[in-house]
Amino acid sequence: MTRPDVQRRPPLAFRLGRVYVQVPSLIAMTVVWALLFGELSVGVVLSGLLVSLAIVLIFPLPPVDPGLRLRPWPFLVFLGRFATDLITASVKVVGQAFAFGRLPRSSVIGVPLRSRSDLLLTMTAVTLSVIPGSVIVEVRYATSTLFVHVLGAADPAAAEAARRDVWALEERITRAFGTREDLARLEGTPVAGGTL
Amino acid sequence: MTHQVIDWIAVGCLLTGALLSFAAGVGLVRFPDLLSRMHTAAKPQVLGLILILIGIGLRMWPESHVGVLVLIALFQILTVPVAGHIAGRVAYRTGRVRHDLIAVDDLQAELEGDGGTR
Repeated sequence: MTRPDVQRRPPLAFRLGRVYVQVPSLIAMTVVWALLFGELSVGVVLSGLLVSLAIVLIFPLPPVDPGLRLRPWPFLVFLGRFATDLITASVKVVGQAFAFGRLPRSSVIGVPLRSRSDLLLTMTAVTLSVIPGSVIVEVRYATSTLFVHVLGAADPAAAEAARRDVWALEERITRAFGTREDLARLEGTPVAGGTL
Repeated sequence: MTHQVIDWIAVGCLLTGALLSFAAGVGLVRFPDLLSRMHTAAKPQVLGLILILIGIGLRMWPESHVGVLVLIALFQILTVPVAGHIAGRVAYRTGRVRHDLIAVDDLQAELEGDGGTR
């Protein structure tokens, strides 16, 4: 259950002085730079690369082993479900906001995730947070447990359904981005029934 | 002709986005405690903002600075969870939660189990 700190040289990085420069973050920052300028020219790209390099050198971050894959079809499934969830959940929250005279009851549920990957945990939490109706209240890093406040989950059955939704979301994310080990862990770990 | 169609789609996006943001405001006033308010403050607003950005992009086409609009949506999606998590965590731990409105609470037992410390 412990996560050893991986201190080996990350892929796609080169060393400059004492700092590892990670090429993906360079590229990402240059893309943001180009989007801000709203045009794609040699000058913009070069200045973007220079600025990103300066940022990386001045504010070095510990190397992160991304450990991610991208499977196109599961990724599309994930995106599609995300879009429909976003819309249906927004409609639901709007309904609750306009249901005058009734205060929504909610639940705080603990969901132990099966994945042990930091990035998958983060992605699940971020997606949950963006979708209306669920707010992350607490994250237990040691056990990969998310505590989610679910708006409108008024009884244990609804809370249980919300818990299964979170697991389904985790599964979609793992199928889209996880490594083979993540997937094996997902399939090898039975979903814990009942409460914690 | 296509111009008109695109204009109408843009109008639809803008109005729906505005409606969602308005609903967020109503929920903010009406909901009982901070955790419930977080839902409306942080959420319909995400879809609302995306719709409004799409509307702006269509309306200004082809001079729209799509890049900037994409960046706004991206950073909104990336920052909302962080702010929401911190506010929710602080609200829960300082007891600003209406426990009478919570049906199932897994976190309370967990926090009591380890004395409320991490």
